[in-house]
Amino acid sequence: MTRYVIRRLLQAIPLLVAISIIVFALVELAPGDASQMYIDPEKGTDPEYLERVRTSLGLDQPVTVRYVSWLTKTLEGDLGFSFRTRRPVTLEIGDRLPNTLLLGGVSLMLSLAIAIPIGIVSALRRYTLVDYILSTLALVGISLPAFWVALLLLQVFAIQLNWLPAVGMHDVRNTYEGWAATLDVLRHMILPATVLSLAQTASWSRYQRSALLEVLGQDYIRTARAKGARERRVIGFHALRNALIPMITLIGLSVPSIVTGAFITETIFGWPGMGRLGVEAINGRDYPIIMAVTMLSALLIVTGNLLADIAYAWADPRIRYD
Amino acid sequence: MTEYAAPLSLERQEPTPQWKLILRQFRRHRLAVISAILLAVMLVLAVFTDVLTPYDPNATNTAYAGGKPQPPSLEYALGTDNYGRDYLSRAMVGARVSLFVGVSAVVFEILIGVSIGAAAGYFGGWVDNVLMRFTDVFLSIPGFFLLLIISGVFEGTLLALIILIGALNWMTVARLIRAEFLSLKGREFVLAAHCIGVPGWRLITRHLLPNALAPIIVAATLSVPYAILTESALSFLGLGVPPPHASLGKMLEEAQQWLRSAWWMWVVPGVIISTIVLAFNFIGDGLRDAFDPQLRR
Repeated sequence: MTRYVIRRLLQAIPLLVAISIIVFALVELAPGDASQMYIDPEKGTDPEYLERVRTSLGLDQPVTVRYVSWLTKTLEGDLGFSFRTRRPVTLEIGDRLPNTLLLGGVSLMLSLAIAIPIGIVSALRRYTLVDYILSTLALVGISLPAFWVALLLLQVFAIQLNWLPAVGMHDVRNTYEGWAATLDVLRHMILPATVLSLAQTASWSRYQRSALLEVLGQDYIRTARAKGARERRVIGFHALRNALIPMITLIGLSVPSIVTGAFITETIFGWPGMGRLGVEAINGRDYPIIMAVTMLSALLIVTGNLLADIAYAWADPRIRYD
Repeated sequence: MTEYAAPLSLERQEPTPQWKLILRQFRRHRLAVISAILLAVMLVLAVFTDVLTPYDPNATNTAYAGGKPQPPSLEYALGTDNYGRDYLSRAMVGARVSLFVGVSAVVFEILIGVSIGAAAGYFGGWVDNVLMRFTDVFLSIPGFFLLLIISGVFEGTLLALIILIGALNWMTVARLIRAEFLSLKGREFVLAAHCIGVPGWRLITRHLLPNALAPIIVAATLSVPYAILTESALSFLGLGVPPPHASLGKMLEEAQQWLRSAWWMWVVPGVIISTIVLAFNFIGDGLRDAFDPQLRR
């Protein structure tokens, strides 16, 4: 097991290097470069001055040299400065990342809490009206565009009923402390977390249904019934424990869609997270932030995949890697 | 004993063709059949959009609108936007763009996915290894953000958008085809073909690919919704389909500032996107059941 984890960790390194090359090349091809941020507009027309600025920033070096120096700095934790705010990128990301993890984590919990019971009920009542309705609803849930659901919820709960705040993470008029502050953040989180978890919940309930159905057809379930175990024990103990294993993998593999969802949902609800930071950075052509957000997203995805595989091997003793 | 025997005819019986069995199973999925009909209608509408739109989708009627979106009326079935442009015509053009982008991106995606998956599965060994590591890289790329970057920083065209959506989503198809090829390669008919000297290229196109067709078709059908949702989400963030093309996502972006007063502006495009996506998902579901011989009776 340890060897497997180490090997997987080592495999992740070339993966991240490959992604960093793609991102670096992309920014390289993009119009404009870092020198524009440092140019004094009064002297901006003097070619000699422009050349001096570029040289001082190392932009006259060949692309390979610049890539290596960027990579070294990144590994040392120096991500440069944001073009727009002039603050260190690490600070910008540090401010936003916890908010994204909070929103993503809550929506993940929400998805699991709803999807697993729905999947179990569907599987146990399979081919009945209940199963039919739940399965159809799940397909509808997958098909609705997240941003449209967001507009719908905004319209109903924030604008018409005025029950929930429409944007942001904190109330702008009041500052709360202690429990009231937590409650304030929770109120702001309800709508974005619902939107973020909708598609996830819908697709996971389908997976849970088919996972349980597959387990119920196994020999050991027949054995459990044959030796006289009560139905509740057969389902709750023998079947469910095995049917939950695939869900572990799904959580790890859902990281890309949570990351994608963050870009859309955070932008609509003004949630001060990494996704909104990324979209703002693109609109402002803030390349250091763009690169940092991309690399961080890739890192999250790779970690998610890795954790999914390791957790799977840990939970299912039949799987052995070497 | 004889009285229980099934009536046997000695005449030669024609086997039911495969596609008839598949069609029979597909027809059992009622929602899939309804979706297929709906989608067929939409495709016809999309092809003849230019003739069928009641108004020029870009023609403004500022006198009628008076700077505010106008609700549905006898004149304008789905109302107008704040420039007095007919919303029905715009929605039709938008739906056509969405369908076109979605389907073309998937065609491109299938081409890449099948080529890479087939090469990996057929050759195996180091070719397989290299191609699968390549696939891993793409699987770890935050695709949506990359699309945002590319369409935000570079001036995009419709063709570029299609190619990009395809180029960032072929990985599942490649893995699927690879697995399918690996299992087919060990089957007797493939070994037999190999033994009588069928060349590799022919083996792939004549023996392996046709047998892997079912999962390809299902994957393609279920990929279209993803491509359409990606395109509309990009357009919604102001970065997808470039002007002058109308797009359902872009209509929703414009509708954002009229959330309070003009319900039709955000209901119409949203319902159309959802319907198209749902139809493709139902059809994909139905096809998956239809291709599954275990479900066939």
